Amino acid sequence: MERSEAELIAAVLAGDSASFEPLVAKYSPRVFATARRYARRESEIEDIAQEVWLKAFDKLKSFRGEAPFEHWLMRMTVRTCYDFLRGHQRNRESSFSEISEPEEDWLERFVADPGNAPEDADAAKLLIDRVMEKLSPEARLVIQLLEIEDRSVKEIAKITGWSVPLVKVRAFRARGEMRKILVRMTKEKYL
Amino acid sequence: MNLIELQKKLTTAARLQKPDDRVPYAFEKRIMALIADGAVASTRLLWARGLWRAAVSCVAVAMVCGTVALFTPDSHDGGNDLSQDFENTLLASADVDDSPLP
Repeated sequence: MERSEAELIAAVLAGDSASFEPLVAKYSPRVFATARRYARRESEIEDIAQEVWLKAFDKLKSFRGEAPFEHWLMRMTVRTCYDFLRGHQRNRESSFSEISEPEEDWLERFVADPGNAPEDADAAKLLIDRVMEKLSPEARLVIQLLEIEDRSVKEIAKITGWSVPLVKVRAFRARGEMRKILVRMTKEKYL
Repeated sequence: MNLIELQKKLTTAARLQKPDDRVPYAFEKRIMALIADGAVASTRLLWARGLWRAAVSCVAVAMVCGTVALFTPDSHDGGNDLSQDFENTLLASADVDDSPLP
């Protein structure tokens, strides 16, 4: 018979570490999907996921069972991704000169007719990835959670451990930062 | 260029991206192996820490004993050394036995 999550967690806490494996198998897809939003290379994504699970095992005692295990784990995942962003800020200062041809075409199409540039085009996805990589870790996290994942300010405060006013301030700054990057990108291309 | 519109378009593009949730083969086995290694390593670490503490305590006790022995004044009188005292103590009962009965 399949054991419930609470039973598995209780068994791990009682010293049966093998009971942790079904939890890893069940939630790894979500952990990987989240990590892929913040890191590009597969090796980095695997490192993040590995760190998340080792942290989860170490800190399982602090899981009180008031909220679902998944929420607790996702909070840990987002925080680990944020730590990763803070440790890997190497691409932020690079220029936009390396924009590929399809990205350039998409931008030109947007300039000619903003309403007609398709959002689902691969080039648009590449461009937003490029812009996101140039944001500061705080701005990237806020834009990702607030604008892309459509989470509320309260939710973000809970996930990140920041206060609600701090999330609001960081969201304001993040939008400004993103706009500056877009200005730089379009200036480099069209001026 | 309309930057607000561009920002909106790109954000929508990001929203449309479905995150890939592929997990590498046997990832959970790897995590379990790391956890097991960590548990073994932490047991070893505990032992190593305990043994080092014991070793330090032993050295400290040895040093205190050495210092005390070094600075304690010689209490021997009459030139008797330790071996002589030991022999006297050991043979004391024999001396008593050899004494003539009344």
